[in-house]
Amino acid sequence: MHAALATAEGDTGFWATVAPIVPHPLEFFFGIVTFAILYFVVKAKVVPRLEQIYADRTAAIEGGMNKAEEAQAQATAALEQYQAQLSEARGEASRIREDAKAQGSAIIAEMREQAASEASRITETAKKQIDAERQQAVVSLRGDVGRISTELASRIVGESLESETRQKGIVERFLSELEAGEVVREKVGTAPTTGEGGDA
Amino acid sequence: MSIVATAVSAVSADFTPPGVEEFWQPLFGTDGPWAITRPILLSVLSVILITWWLLATTKKKAVVPSRGQMGTEAVYGLVRNGVAKDLIGSKEFMRFVPLLFTMFVLILTNNLFGVIPPMSFSTNGRIAFPIALSLIVWIVFHFVGMKKHGFFGYWASLVPSGLPKAMVPFIFVLELITDLFTRPVTLALRLFGNMFAGHILLVLFITGGWYMLTNGGILVIAGGVTWVFALIMFLFEILVEFLQAYVFTLLAALYIAGAVADEH
Repeated sequence: MHAALATAEGDTGFWATVAPIVPHPLEFFFGIVTFAILYFVVKAKVVPRLEQIYADRTAAIEGGMNKAEEAQAQATAALEQYQAQLSEARGEASRIREDAKAQGSAIIAEMREQAASEASRITETAKKQIDAERQQAVVSLRGDVGRISTELASRIVGESLESETRQKGIVERFLSELEAGEVVREKVGTAPTTGEGGDA
Repeated sequence: MSIVATAVSAVSADFTPPGVEEFWQPLFGTDGPWAITRPILLSVLSVILITWWLLATTKKKAVVPSRGQMGTEAVYGLVRNGVAKDLIGSKEFMRFVPLLFTMFVLILTNNLFGVIPPMSFSTNGRIAFPIALSLIVWIVFHFVGMKKHGFFGYWASLVPSGLPKAMVPFIFVLELITDLFTRPVTLALRLFGNMFAGHILLVLFITGGWYMLTNGGILVIAGGVTWVFALIMFLFEILVEFLQAYVFTLLAALYIAGAVADEH
């Protein structure tokens, strides 16, 4: 300030005393030039950079929002998918249960049928076996009865008729008659007589 | 009272108040119309400082800004959205943003030089700089207006439509004077006057206060009060300097908006 005052006091030239609204040529020139230089810097560099920053920021914000929306959509989709899967699984489970129930009853029915047929088969077999055994028993009994009665008869008669009776098949015939029901209880007493008589 | 009157008359006898010559500060022994003056040096310095600052703070182009970038963005946002977009409209404002932003930062920096030591001199307190800037604005808004409406269409668009026929020539002359003369001259003078007067005031308060302080007696108190006022004026100047930069940019945008508007 003092230096300025000193110069001002010492200066009495045209430019020092002229009305302040008279523009100084070189100052005017520099006014234009400095503006022009700064304008080109701002236009070429600063404004593009700042606009880039604006655009980036907008993009970042919008991108963030989009990302959030996307995540939201994904979450919703996942939820729906899960729910769909869940209901599907539930449906499947009930279907399986249904199937199992049906299958179970089918199996039971089949088993029952099988068991029934098995039982009937076993019964059949048993019957056959019993028949066979009875047949066998009958055969062996027939032999036994023949032999015993022959023995008995020969004892009663006192002599061995064994070979004779076997030859003539008396016992066989008697037994056949017995089976056929031709021989009745009253005839038992006479039968050996007739038999014996016939044989004799 | 008589003591004060005597003191004041004694002071006015050998105190030289700051005047026009305060603004004539040629450097390096140069003189005349091509003298390299202090404001020339300051204007060059301002361009260097602004360029460095703007390039440094926007270099990273960070989405999350640093403090410097935030400051630059705040100023840029003020000019881009608060002035250009609001006044010119979102369709055409973008091509004027570099011009208006340059205008604003250049004027603001040069104005603030008035209160920042060691510059302590507002470049725009010299009429040549405001004239240069308003000449640029004047050329730009006429040029874009003629480009948009055509040469004759532009002049015709100065007269608002729907006027009675008899009024048209009268209004046309008025609008012509406004458009060609009043606007650029007031634009330059407003900035110049504020900076000029502000600087004179500060110098007067400081040198006058200093004079009174050093002359002793009752004047010491008056000198102290003057310096307190100097401090208040100093703060007030910062406000004025910012405001004038803003007003200049705002009016430049307004003139451009008027020129490119569909209806004048």
